[in-house]
Amino acid sequence: MSTTAELLKGAAELFPGEVVTQAHVRHFDLPLGAGRFALITLDNGHDHTKPTTLGPQSLANIDAAIDQVEKEAADGEIVGVGVTGKPFIFAVGADLKGVELLKRHEDALAIGKGGHDVFKRLSKLAVPTFAYYNGAAMGGGVEIGLHCSYRTVSAALPAFSLPEVFLGLVPGWGGCTLLPNLIGADKAVSVIIENSLNQNKQLKGKQVYELGIADAIFEGADFLEQSLIWTASVLKGEIEIERPVIDRGEAWDQAVAKGRFIADGKVHGAAPAAYRALDIIAAAKNGDLQQGYDAEDQALADLIMGGELRSGIYAFNLVQKRGKRPAGAPDKSLARPVTKVGVVGAGLMASQLALLFLRRLEVPVVLTDIDQERVDKGVGYVHAEIDKLLGKGRINQDKANRLKALVSGVLDKAEGFSDADFVIEAVFEEMGVKQQVFAEVEAVAPAHAILATNTSSLSVTEMASKLKHPERVVGFHFFNPVAILPLLEIVRGEQTDDASLATAFGVAKKLKKTAVLVKDAPAFVVNRILTRFMGEIQNVIDEGTPVEVAEKAVEPLGLPMSPLVLLELVGPAIGLHVSETLNKAFPDRFTVSPNLKAVVEAGKRGFYVYDSGKPELDPEVAALLKQGDTVLTEEQVRARVLDAVAQEIGLMLDEGVVAEAQDIDLCLITGAGWPFHLGGITPYLDREGVAERVNGKRFLEPGVASVPA
Amino acid sequence: MPRTVRDVVFVDGVRTPFGKAGPKGIYHETRADDLVVKAIRELLRRNPGLDPKKVDEVAIAATTQIGDQGLTIGRTAGILAGLPTSVPGYSIDRMCAGALTAVTTVAGSVAFGAYDVAIAGGVEHMGRHPMGEGVDPNPRFVSEKLVDESALFMGMTAENLHDRYPQITKQRADEYAVRSQEKAAKAYANGKIQADLVPVSVRRTNPEGGETGWGLVTADEPMRPGTTLENLAGLKTPFRVHGRVTAGNAAGLNDGATASLIASEDFARENDLPVKMRLVSYAFAGVEPEVMGYGPIPATEKALAQAGLSISDIGLFEINEAFAVQVLAFLDHYGIADDDERVNQYGGAIAFGHPLASSGVRLMTQLARQFEEQPHVRYGLTTMCVGFGMGATVIWENPHFEGDK
Repeated sequence: MSTTAELLKGAAELFPGEVVTQAHVRHFDLPLGAGRFALITLDNGHDHTKPTTLGPQSLANIDAAIDQVEKEAADGEIVGVGVTGKPFIFAVGADLKGVELLKRHEDALAIGKGGHDVFKRLSKLAVPTFAYYNGAAMGGGVEIGLHCSYRTVSAALPAFSLPEVFLGLVPGWGGCTLLPNLIGADKAVSVIIENSLNQNKQLKGKQVYELGIADAIFEGADFLEQSLIWTASVLKGEIEIERPVIDRGEAWDQAVAKGRFIADGKVHGAAPAAYRALDIIAAAKNGDLQQGYDAEDQALADLIMGGELRSGIYAFNLVQKRGKRPAGAPDKSLARPVTKVGVVGAGLMASQLALLFLRRLEVPVVLTDIDQERVDKGVGYVHAEIDKLLGKGRINQDKANRLKALVSGVLDKAEGFSDADFVIEAVFEEMGVKQQVFAEVEAVAPAHAILATNTSSLSVTEMASKLKHPERVVGFHFFNPVAILPLLEIVRGEQTDDASLATAFGVAKKLKKTAVLVKDAPAFVVNRILTRFMGEIQNVIDEGTPVEVAEKAVEPLGLPMSPLVLLELVGPAIGLHVSETLNKAFPDRFTVSPNLKAVVEAGKRGFYVYDSGKPELDPEVAALLKQGDTVLTEEQVRARVLDAVAQEIGLMLDEGVVAEAQDIDLCLITGAGWPFHLGGITPYLDREGVAERVNGKRFLEPGVASVPA
Repeated sequence: MPRTVRDVVFVDGVRTPFGKAGPKGIYHETRADDLVVKAIRELLRRNPGLDPKKVDEVAIAATTQIGDQGLTIGRTAGILAGLPTSVPGYSIDRMCAGALTAVTTVAGSVAFGAYDVAIAGGVEHMGRHPMGEGVDPNPRFVSEKLVDESALFMGMTAENLHDRYPQITKQRADEYAVRSQEKAAKAYANGKIQADLVPVSVRRTNPEGGETGWGLVTADEPMRPGTTLENLAGLKTPFRVHGRVTAGNAAGLNDGATASLIASEDFARENDLPVKMRLVSYAFAGVEPEVMGYGPIPATEKALAQAGLSISDIGLFEINEAFAVQVLAFLDHYGIADDDERVNQYGGAIAFGHPLASSGVRLMTQLARQFEEQPHVRYGLTTMCVGFGMGATVIWENPHFEGDK
């Protein structure tokens, strides 16, 4: 047995549950009399809903296939070797489940080295090699192709990426080294760093070709046939592949610098993967492939044994799996159909909700408000947004007509809601007002209609308490911007029944939102944690720590924006309102900052001015601030903030606000944009020992979002 | 409104390689609609002068119009092939003469002036859709003796034809079949066939059929070069004990697709499209369903009469070899020798296979090649027998004809 085979055998033993990909070798004569060809098909034996992945046994199978074609190539029996995938899928990279199981650095190293050893052989065969990217190609799938002499891509290919950095890895089976050597450092940085950090943006077939990753592109209908005819022409010398000369001068360094700038902007140095990838790309400038592969192996092993990757995989699984099957949701068969939606209020939030329901449910949506002018404005907003979608080509004229015809506005709730199945209110955030609204709706809406509230901090139970049928009230808490942030906190009031809840989850799914079931507790999940977090920042500022120090203290977390910039986005007045609500509920932990109050009272919409292009403390705000004389260091601030967050989450779990810590993380990722490398937040709090320090225990078992013991 | 009938030409034709139906066949895991789509795309690729927007119709034949051969395959195949949605399509069925009927039907519309150019072809995946799938013959056929039961089984009708013409012996049929294999092998060796084939990628997941994974089909699977009389002599006669019809002297059960471009001659010239054959006449005829193989004779009589030609004017014949006996009956009728070199020069369906509704265009594509090589020939014909007692004949003129020299 070769050392590679031994290496992979060892790795395979660690991963008994691998969905194994076969590497089928099939021989045939190429067209144009170009000779006998061996085509390797990667296929895990499942249909396209279970994409082909590359675990250790799969790599061993590819290794064995290469054994076969290597000999045939050496013996002159074949003129070339190709690699392609099952229908719709090329290969989507390493099997993350296998990566999660790795406990030792040397095992992690073996995975990296095993992949390299197998793939490298493709570039060393005695005949040219061809990759045919027929369908989705990611990570290690992309990398197999990079080791080939030539590549074609299907114009129908929907997704192509090196997503490793997004998850907390580097493209470590040749990607970091080969891609810049193929298409130049600048484009490689775009693919490896920029796309990954841009919510794992996927390339389409045309872009893969335009970037120069593929040498030819063919339409999906006869992609493989045309690829093979093209192969025959290449082998016969009838087509010559010209690739641009790679600029190995200053442009290379600039590209790497650009990558660092992008990484800083996204993760602020808090996650190592992008920087490790950039180091390898930087070193690849000299064209020494083996040196690059060695660096990739090391980076992979280090990252696999690090917490950020484990958090990244954990976060990925939360979003992909838990986000799609919400914990605690009632059986979906209980859900009632929703064929018409009512929206109480026609302000900006209500109009955004109307637009969302309209686009996703495609049922009649009726807005109501207290006067015709507001109603008209709300409907006008929806119409204008539909026109924008039309202008951008996102919908066609027929769809625009359909949507516009579905939205209407009336003053009379009885007229609007008498046949509505789901009515959501987005009126002023005050209990009395909301109770009044629900009473009016209940009087006119059908008995089965769900009454949903978009409240961000009021009690759903109390809101329902004065109704005849409180069991149909559900909290439906969206996050701004509604069209972008995926999270929807679905709040179960004390009397909410299963059918209403199931209907709410059914609607959430149609809205394509990530729904999390939340108990009716003050400010629910995201706002409670963010408010505690912000409150602690406010506290240290109020006590005397300079604003810059407080802000910088949490930079190492790599949050999407600094606390005060976030406050600006939310609006200081709303932030203040939520902190007051929580202060009422939990006066011992939630404070109301006098400085924030002063800023709101002064009518300021934020703490910063951007005259210089960078945020600088607004002098008018600075003049309002009254600070004490306790000046903390960044480390001290960070510890206080994290302790507060850990304590709050611990209490929330004790109260049963959500089922598990996983739901907290899912909320923070999808509702506040907290990064994958933190795993939301609880994996980070475990990793840094904060959870243990504050609560005396971890949030998650070792091995969940961390290296198994 | 005065109308002028327009000259109609066969611009080009292509086909997939034909496969053997069944679990080990090359197309076992390939959809029928995909086969015809590949043929249509190749046709368009080979004729870049044709703006796809200008295609007026897509007529695709299939005998069993269900599943991947249903859903108005002429329309769906057009969309799947990437034709603009403005190009319409429909389906045609005349069993074995489906593609031939697709050609004559769109040709009629071209002559009438309804179309300038159309795609006509056919497909049959007899592996996915075995003969007789889903049929429900009216019981009156038998109770009122409208047809003999044997009429529903093509092999039996071939035995019936042997009965009618006792001089057509099994020996003659086998000799004919051996020659068909020889001629086909020679045509392959001389590259006469491959030029009009579109390679098809095929997937195999079941190792029983051979190597698994994706492969590429570039040649007909049914061919049996080197077949000898001795090989054929021992074959079973599945349709009748001590019968004459065997798997060796008949076409098999096959999968494949064809597509052709039919245009007005003016349109072809204006768009720099090739003119490979000019349509002279076409005719269909019915015969007793029990001897369906006799069909080409009355159909040819009609077509010749319409054209004002006699059989001696025909310089090349492409006769579908559903059964050797049916070809021999035709040749005997016209006093043509079994081995006449004008007949099926490249061999026929006994060698290449006969995916029912697709075959008509294969005959035309081969005749077009022969016309090009033999400019001394002015007229040729394509003819085939059709289930339930029919025959179909199209007479073509060679545009390369150089006059009598």
